[in-house]
Amino acid sequence: MSSRVLAVMGMVSVGFIGFMTFTSNPFDRLMMVPLDGNDLNPMLQDPGMIFHPPLLYMGYVGFAVAFAFAMAALIGGRLDASWARWSRPWTTVAWVFLTLGIALGSWWAYAELGWGGWWFWDPVENASFMPWLLATALIHSLAVTEKRGAFRSWTVMLAILTFALTIVGAFLVRSGVITSVHAFATDPTRGIYILVFLAVVIGASLILYAWRAPKVGMGGGFSSWSRETVLLANNVLLVVACSAVFIGTMYPLIIDALGMGKMSVGPPYFNAVFVPLMIPLLIMMIIGPLVSWKNATFKGSFERLYPVLAVGLLAAVVWPLTMGEWGLIPAVMIFIATGIVGAFIVDLLPRIKAPDLSGRIAKMKKLNTSWLGMHVAHVGMAITIIGMAMAASYQTEKDVRVAPGDVVELAGYSFTFEGVQQVRGANYSSLYGTVEVREDGKLLTTLHPEKRTYDKHMSMPMTQASIDRSVFRDLYVSLGDSVGTTGAWIIRVYYKPFMTWLWTGVIIMSVGGILAISDRRYRVKIKRRLTGRKEENQVVVD
Amino acid sequence: MNRHMIPLIVFAALLLLFWVGLGLNPKIIPSPLIGKEAPKFELPELHDPQKIVNNEMLKGRVTLFNVFASWCVSCRAEHHHLLKLQRQGFHLVGLNYKDEKQDALMYLRQLGGDPYAMIAFDYKGNVGIEWGVYGTPETFVLDKKGIVRYKHTGPLYREVIENELIPLIRELEQES
Repeated sequence: MSSRVLAVMGMVSVGFIGFMTFTSNPFDRLMMVPLDGNDLNPMLQDPGMIFHPPLLYMGYVGFAVAFAFAMAALIGGRLDASWARWSRPWTTVAWVFLTLGIALGSWWAYAELGWGGWWFWDPVENASFMPWLLATALIHSLAVTEKRGAFRSWTVMLAILTFALTIVGAFLVRSGVITSVHAFATDPTRGIYILVFLAVVIGASLILYAWRAPKVGMGGGFSSWSRETVLLANNVLLVVACSAVFIGTMYPLIIDALGMGKMSVGPPYFNAVFVPLMIPLLIMMIIGPLVSWKNATFKGSFERLYPVLAVGLLAAVVWPLTMGEWGLIPAVMIFIATGIVGAFIVDLLPRIKAPDLSGRIAKMKKLNTSWLGMHVAHVGMAITIIGMAMAASYQTEKDVRVAPGDVVELAGYSFTFEGVQQVRGANYSSLYGTVEVREDGKLLTTLHPEKRTYDKHMSMPMTQASIDRSVFRDLYVSLGDSVGTTGAWIIRVYYKPFMTWLWTGVIIMSVGGILAISDRRYRVKIKRRLTGRKEENQVVVD
Repeated sequence: MNRHMIPLIVFAALLLLFWVGLGLNPKIIPSPLIGKEAPKFELPELHDPQKIVNNEMLKGRVTLFNVFASWCVSCRAEHHHLLKLQRQGFHLVGLNYKDEKQDALMYLRQLGGDPYAMIAFDYKGNVGIEWGVYGTPETFVLDKKGIVRYKHTGPLYREVIENELIPLIRELEQES
């Protein structure tokens, strides 16, 4: 099996190396030699952008491993629990990278674009988000395949589709078929190459699937209420959500290809379609971990949750009120988030039950990290959704014209505009604003929103927002345009509650992923190979 | 039919869509002006501010309405094509967009002459906005009634001129 996995990965890498050498040779000469180099696109001159592409890329590439495992299993005709078991850690690690990569991109957009938003449903963002949705589904269905042997051909399908979407993503971004603020290196010949590559790789794998999958057995059965059912629902919702994003992203292309005109699909569509799909999915995150495999009872699943649900309801009523005004969406999200955290606690407590503290700590050390990783990732999600819901529901903003000395009042903070100076940076000149932030008359912080013009890219002025972050709120100021000649400017001031939670949650999610892959059972075989002479020549994965 | 074939069929349809998509350019946005009368304007002539240029003056014969500026590098690239078009007897009207008068005159001198029958001097760029200019150079073709029939964004090059522009102008000249 491992030789097949490596063969498939080898083929994929031949494809990508060919892509690089033939269509985007990094050693190509420029027509005119720029004296001091061309400079990086100013939009990308930000520390976040140093880490964002490699992380995202690690995520994309990682799914090639899951794909290779699926292919190897199909070729060998052995779609059993073992391939699921071995591709699980790879899938999870790719998912961790992709999660961090997407979040960092979002973080960058938040700080750099100056619109105060962190997600724009831009086609290129969607290109990374679609594989993420499917990978999340894949992680869950792999669990079923490994533990119960069910969902076999479905899991293989998901592995193929996840990888297919990463290639589709590359196609969308590189070929220029879709307009996006992110399309940095578009070229139709690259588009043709990736399209052919996509056709060969995914076409071949789907043919293989059509040929082999009918012979795959159904695996373990399960009753209508069981962990399998919940995970099936999880998969259905994630795949539907992914399809919805896919349709929204492709719609302009479809309409254009059919010659029916030009149009674009924006956040109103995505929010209207995506959010309602996410709510049941998130609710299942509360129940899911407490439902037992194969056959469960409603009573058994919910019994332990009653106190959690009660706390959740209380939080949903009270918490939004502390924000000034009760709202349905934040209340629902708080209920769900509290529920997820509560489910972790009620699932944890019996496992660390011991008469004294040292006994509890000893049991805590022995916890199954795979199980712990799942809960930690869920808790991360809970924290992130609180951040999203609070920031979306309770943010306030002002778009005002200010002269030096003017004060803007927002959410109990007063922002004093001190004016804008011309400042010289390393490779740019900057209009450097100064805004003093006071709370109850006390100076809290001084923010410096900027507008930078890079020497090599004079026509692309960059907005650099200035953000004061703290646990419960971000204060965000960005510089608009200057008005008249008196030193007056348009500035945008935002108060964004709980933004830090959004990012923190993502980090916790990734920690959960890492915990899950550090599970002891993934290391056992390697150890055995190292100690057992007889098995030395045996292939690790087989 | 085998249900396991369904993904393959969906995938094939998707590939077809992508293939067609590659041939399209999402950046080409058709001008909403096409088929409509040219926007009304009245501007001083570049060479002689005493004279005026307005949309009425675009009527009566097929006109190439070209938006240019001295600061625009790709305008330089298409300039010799414009001179050639003028020598072939076409009627060119220029819109000097967001430019300084001296710079524009210098630009025309340096690049071998003035191909335009007249040049509207759009110092503030308001007329350019009316015409939906989002990048210079842009070239519009107007028929004899002053109705916009064609728009090209970006510099003109030989293929566009020979395969699209000239045949269209010839055709429009046949109209009454």
